[in-house]
Amino acid sequence: MLEVSIRHRYEDARLDISFNSEAQSIALFGDSGAGKTSVLDAIAGLLKPDAGRIALDGRIWFDSALSLSVPVRERAVGYVFQDGRLFPHMSVLANLLYGPRSRGGNHSLDHHGLDEIVDLLALASLLTRRPATLSGGERQRVAIGRALLAEPRILLLDEPMTGLHHEARLDVLEHLQRLRERRLVTMLLVSHQALEVAALADEVILLGDGLVSGQCEVDLFARDRSQTNPAMARANR
Amino acid sequence: MSDWLSPADFQAFLLSLRIAGISVLVSLPAALAIGWLLSRRRFPGRILVEAMLFLPLTLPPVVTGYALLVLLGRNGLFGGWLESIGIVVAFRWTGAVIAAALMGFPLLTLSARVAFDNVDQRLESAAETLGAGPWRRFLTIVLPLSAGGIAAGCVLAFARAFGEFGATISFVSNIPGETRTLPIAIYELMNVPGGDAGVVRLSVLSLVVAFAATLVAAVLGGRLWGSRRRA
Repeated sequence: MLEVSIRHRYEDARLDISFNSEAQSIALFGDSGAGKTSVLDAIAGLLKPDAGRIALDGRIWFDSALSLSVPVRERAVGYVFQDGRLFPHMSVLANLLYGPRSRGGNHSLDHHGLDEIVDLLALASLLTRRPATLSGGERQRVAIGRALLAEPRILLLDEPMTGLHHEARLDVLEHLQRLRERRLVTMLLVSHQALEVAALADEVILLGDGLVSGQCEVDLFARDRSQTNPAMARANR
Repeated sequence: MSDWLSPADFQAFLLSLRIAGISVLVSLPAALAIGWLLSRRRFPGRILVEAMLFLPLTLPPVVTGYALLVLLGRNGLFGGWLESIGIVVAFRWTGAVIAAALMGFPLLTLSARVAFDNVDQRLESAAETLGAGPWRRFLTIVLPLSAGGIAAGCVLAFARAFGEFGATISFVSNIPGETRTLPIAIYELMNVPGGDAGVVRLSVLSLVVAFAATLVAAVLGGRLWGSRRRA
């Protein structure tokens, strides 16, 4: 169960977001500027909200009433950033192993889970390459793999398909669907694309102007969208 | 080489190389630390630190050398205490290293600071979410991505130290084999009748070292900008 309740004031905007969800795959859906990435940053610990509480499965990561804020690296989140943020001076393999090595894990190639992740995300042919030589879709798959290998309790996906061309988008989407079916980890997806949300989430939190404007099961979300959006209706047929 | 240069001049050349090299090595850790602080931390007195950093560049070198003499000379503020624990730097090559390190320090620190500024801090937060602590982030992300700029700074500081004259001659004087560096040898030859040929030879040598250093620094600095591209 993910519990988020945060209040934060920026110079020109306010964030007041509260939701709880027990779903395995949750989506934050809203236009850009709705505060979606700030929520992910707060969960990861990269943003310290002015007030509120964040907890996952009973573990409290942030609670302003208790003056408690667990350091970023002890939270065990897998964060897939919108811009990938692969380490440019390392091979794909070194990127993948960065998490396990940081946690003092096994340094060898047969690290527990590596084969599984490499297989799941089809990374085998990329391992010796540098990030600069990868296509956009490949980069995002590596970023997802790197986050997963850090053995996170929650996978945070920030618009993982934005900026990719159509085929790369489908490729990443397909791999994320496979990941979701495996139920390895709770997923929290941030997106402004209804199609992605419909394809990947169990439950949807609707955000607008720094506030939660609704919460619903994904079936209801998709039906609702298809009535108001002809493109969505065609896609769902 | 020794057919072309007199043994004394060759000795001065080697001494200058050694003093410049060691001065860069000993000042590197502090330069990295201060460069990192200036790049990443806001703290009270920051402007003061930056201003003091520039002092060796703006002060007449002879004043820096005199200050070193007042502080570290045998009768200086700390010199007597240093001598009591067996350390003498005045009129020794180690003193020349201190003078050279001080003069190269601003170049090294400012290069490190710019190199750190150019590392994408979002990569550091990515490393943090993957469980890396501050030292691991510095050693595996910040340092490799700023290595080009830091190396360029080392070369510039080396060149500055290699050419150091004013602070060195006022602090450690001119002792052959101990503190008679290349620039001091040139100055000495200029004051000797018939020393012109020697002056030209040593000046050409200095020119070669200085040009090679700036060339290497430019290439390394170029690599720094190249490595900034993010994944």
